[in-house]
Amino acid sequence: MHDAATHDDSKGQYFWVWGALLVLTAIEVVLGYKQVFSPVRMLEILLVLSIIKSALIIGYFMHLKFEKALMRWLLVFSVVACFIIMYFFFFPDAGRVLPPPNGVGLG
Amino acid sequence: MADATLQHDAVQHGLPGAFEAPLFGAYSKKVGMWLFLASDSLTFGALLFAFSYNRIYTAWPTPFHVQSIVNSTIMTACLLSSSLTMVMAVFAAQRGDRGWTRNWLLATMAFGTAFIVLHGMEWSKLIDEGLTLPMFPKPAHAAVGEMADISKNTPQFPATFFGLTAMHMLHVTIGVIYLGVVAFRKWFLPVLAVLWAAGYFLIPADNVFHYGIHALGLGLVVAAIILFLKPKDYDAQDVEVSGLYWHFVDLVWMFIFPLVYLLSTKIT
Repeated sequence: MHDAATHDDSKGQYFWVWGALLVLTAIEVVLGYKQVFSPVRMLEILLVLSIIKSALIIGYFMHLKFEKALMRWLLVFSVVACFIIMYFFFFPDAGRVLPPPNGVGLG
Repeated sequence: MADATLQHDAVQHGLPGAFEAPLFGAYSKKVGMWLFLASDSLTFGALLFAFSYNRIYTAWPTPFHVQSIVNSTIMTACLLSSSLTMVMAVFAAQRGDRGWTRNWLLATMAFGTAFIVLHGMEWSKLIDEGLTLPMFPKPAHAAVGEMADISKNTPQFPATFFGLTAMHMLHVTIGVIYLGVVAFRKWFLPVLAVLWAAGYFLIPADNVFHYGIHALGLGLVVAAIILFLKPKDYDAQDVEVSGLYWHFVDLVWMFIFPLVYLLSTKIT
């Protein structure tokens, strides 16, 4: 754990992160209404923006950026690995059982 | 027995009174909370995968009007701001400033409560319009219109919407109780009891929150058991660990908001 002085010196960065998160949220809302992308592309863009926002929250607000490298990598690797496994369980099989009909879905 | 163990450890590491450094360089309750959050993220991950599967493979309705999107955007801003006040609470706790720790925790709880109330109002509005689940209390007059049609024709929509948002709302509620316990300890229990009773008696019986309010009762029992079995004065480490939980709740909403709301906006 860092001492209080270190944190107090860099308190401003948390306001920047908060501002960045609000701006990213505003971009998401605007994209939701503009509909300049196809729905599947929208899903991808929104997911990428959400991952950026979550990285900011985990790195700064949850202080993972300041933890030991071993803890950082072990936590991130294990959770990401579990999600990748989950992805391979869900989607290929789901697509095989119920292929998306033309013109249906994401619209 | 304990002394014997300590002596044994000191001998093992070659330095009297020295202990092996923790593997992650962090105190154990922080590592414990991180492990819990990692497992909890898989719970939400499974729900979000289920939602995304339905979203892709089903003719998905897009019923959320401007009012719902504005409401959910304000809710998002509340949660993001609560994370900032939580960071301030951790700073204050590390400075040893008990007054400001309590104030910042109170501000975080206020933002969290605002989120829950706004979300509750949003749920009630949607249920009134006919978006419902079979387990919900039956209204006196059956709703007709777009939402009622969605509940009938695409039951996956209310199932995934209420499933995901209820799970998240429960986490926010637990978070507010957790922060209340850390900030006020036993003094928070009567407040919780009053809120529980008031909610139960004031919310009409045909509203789903008439039953949902019992989450506060459950929180009251768990908090009382913890506070009476292991009374302690919570320190900076406890505030930091409670902050980890709170930020996680914020983090999950960063996925629910775009996936559930923004991909179902009604463009008029």
